[in-house]
Amino acid sequence: MTDTATLPNSLRSQPDQNGHFGAFGGRYVAETLMPLILELEKVYKAAKADPAFDAEYAELLRTYVGRPNPLYYAERLTEALRAKAEPGKGAKIYLKREELNHTGAHKINNCIGQALLARRMGKKKVIAETGAGQHGVATATVAALFGMECKIFMGAKDVERQKPNVFRMKLLGAEVIPVHSGSSTLKDSMNDALRYWVSNVHDTFYIIGTAAGPHPYPELVRDFQSIIGKEIRSQIMEAEGRLPDMLIAPVGGGSNAIGMFHPFLDDPEVAMIGVEAAGEGLDKKHAASLAGGKSGILHGNRTYLLQDEDGQITEAHSISAGLDYPGIGPEHSWLHEIGRVQYMPIKDDEALESFQTLSRLEGIIPALESAHAVAAAEQVAPTLDADKIIVVNLSGRGDKDIFTVADALGVEM
Amino acid sequence: MPVTDRLSTRFAACKAQGRAALITFVTAGDPDVAATPAILDALVAGGADIIELGMPFTDPMADGPAIELANLRSLGSGTKTSDVFALAADFRARHPQTPLILMGYANPMLARGSTWFADQCKAAGVDGVICVDIPPEEDAEIGPALRAVGVHLVRLATPTTDAARLPAVLDGASGFLYHVAVAGITGKQQAAQANIELAVAKLKAATDLPIAVGFGVRSPEQAAAIGRVADGVVVGSAIVDIVGSHGDAAAPFVQDFVASLSGAILPRTQETAA
Ligand SMILES: Cc1ncc(COP(=O)(O)O)c(C=O)c1O
Repeated sequence: MTDTATLPNSLRSQPDQNGHFGAFGGRYVAETLMPLILELEKVYKAAKADPAFDAEYAELLRTYVGRPNPLYYAERLTEALRAKAEPGKGAKIYLKREELNHTGAHKINNCIGQALLARRMGKKKVIAETGAGQHGVATATVAALFGMECKIFMGAKDVERQKPNVFRMKLLGAEVIPVHSGSSTLKDSMNDALRYWVSNVHDTFYIIGTAAGPHPYPELVRDFQSIIGKEIRSQIMEAEGRLPDMLIAPVGGGSNAIGMFHPFLDDPEVAMIGVEAAGEGLDKKHAASLAGGKSGILHGNRTYLLQDEDGQITEAHSISAGLDYPGIGPEHSWLHEIGRVQYMPIKDDEALESFQTLSRLEGIIPALESAHAVAAAEQVAPTLDADKIIVVNLSGRGDKDIFTVADALGVEM
Repeated sequence: MPVTDRLSTRFAACKAQGRAALITFVTAGDPDVAATPAILDALVAGGADIIELGMPFTDPMADGPAIELANLRSLGSGTKTSDVFALAADFRARHPQTPLILMGYANPMLARGSTWFADQCKAAGVDGVICVDIPPEEDAEIGPALRAVGVHLVRLATPTTDAARLPAVLDGASGFLYHVAVAGITGKQQAAQANIELAVAKLKAATDLPIAVGFGVRSPEQAAAIGRVADGVVVGSAIVDIVGSHGDAAAPFVQDFVASLSGAILPRTQETAA
């Protein structure tokens, strides 16, 4: 545990100059990649200080992604939970509609930003890893938009499971490379993306899909995703005249969650819950790195990882491919250790239940990832007073998951 | 570091013979723990001067298919960290003079803390450590613990390590400097001899540490060519491939191949005479 007396005045000033969030983060990469990572850091600093960069980013978010997306009061969900709660209980639930973005998730916010950085660095080729294919589709999309050559590394198992997204990526002009190494899932696609990158550093930019990896990735992905929290801030002020009492977001690598949380970290009245995928349960197969892992080093950063006592990485499991990863972004590890954010496990069956609840009550089919956050809200809202406000990040839409869900419910399509 | 340690003694001995040191890599526990001692003995019998023993990891992201598969074969047959140190200690008992380097990734090395790892290395007679994913920027994770017990931390210089960065790599490097000849992963990709010569000359101008060259060295001819300019030649994937095809019967094949490598790295005087 970090000694709270040594905490910085602002929780929003991380990472330090070496990319550390407390004991986490850093740059754990092969020497071949170090010069490029140091250059990326320089380019990113310059871009951050350049109003023209921000203006172009903001304009693309507005005209291409469709931002700002709405903050929506989920009245029927709120009332349904109040009906089951004690009198006077049942917080008001708002949904941040990231699922209305172009390509159907928050992933595009980050891809636009990184593609702009790639262009600044003079790189015309981009690569990315993907699990369910959401980040792959978002990357292929921005590659088409910027006229860049694009390769997507995807576990062979996921290529089989996510055929529609594989076809989307190909339509968008990307090459999809099935990864057969290791367990042939997301973690292995990241290994192979890194292997490709180390061999092609001179002309290739790696668009990492979550707030993890070597510094400066966790920082820049967070900054690009912070548009989520910034919009919520002004939207909730307009709707309610005050800040929310609680934020809830699903956590895979942690990009949508940190983007939602970061603008509120210095507002002590705003509680935050990051929802980890508990899979079949924390005592069985799961993907909850904070609840069930310990600190270690993988994919360029020190963070909580699912691993055995020898430091071998253990396989993650979640019904949601986007949460099916044995690690978590380093800033979340830090926020967990200092206690600023609470992390809550939600199981496959709970997420499946909420997937259906939200569809029926609000007419919104959430991504399975987002359904984890909805499930957490369903558990927490009835314990809070009715005048409290919760905002749930609806990070993506569920069209991609209908086959998985049908399968889990035993429905023939 | 005293000049009497096994690594510097071995480099000095090779230098006295006017030749480069042959450094050979295999993964510990590939195909299983029982087969490894015979394979290590075969490396020595074939004429290897220094042994690199790979610590298996589930996610060896700097390695190509050959070594990645070796890692998975090893873990698949149940190799534990305690087995790796037992293999090292037994090797040390059988070969008191042959330097032994542990090579691998940060997470298995640091799973029980750097002090624990350094103490285990020391106790097992390991002479040096190469940790692929700890660049100088993160030295605090492993460097201080190894230095405290007198185990070398061997650093890597790559084609992307420019003159501005080299001093950072050399600061805290010891034993020898490992020049990674290709910007890439271990395996089949080969570097042009001219590039290797240029790189070694630059490194030699910057440090007195012996310079070993590895990544993509597969044949006796290549080893010989690199041996003419460097202090050490590292061969890994080509040997690991032999283990991959012959499994626990690999030792004699490994020995023959290593003998062809060591036979090719001739003393420089002998070569000019020939
Ligand atoms: C809709 C959606 N939400 C959440 C995630 C999890 O990623 P992160 O934690 O980086 O937001 C994903 C990843 O694919 C996703 O597609």
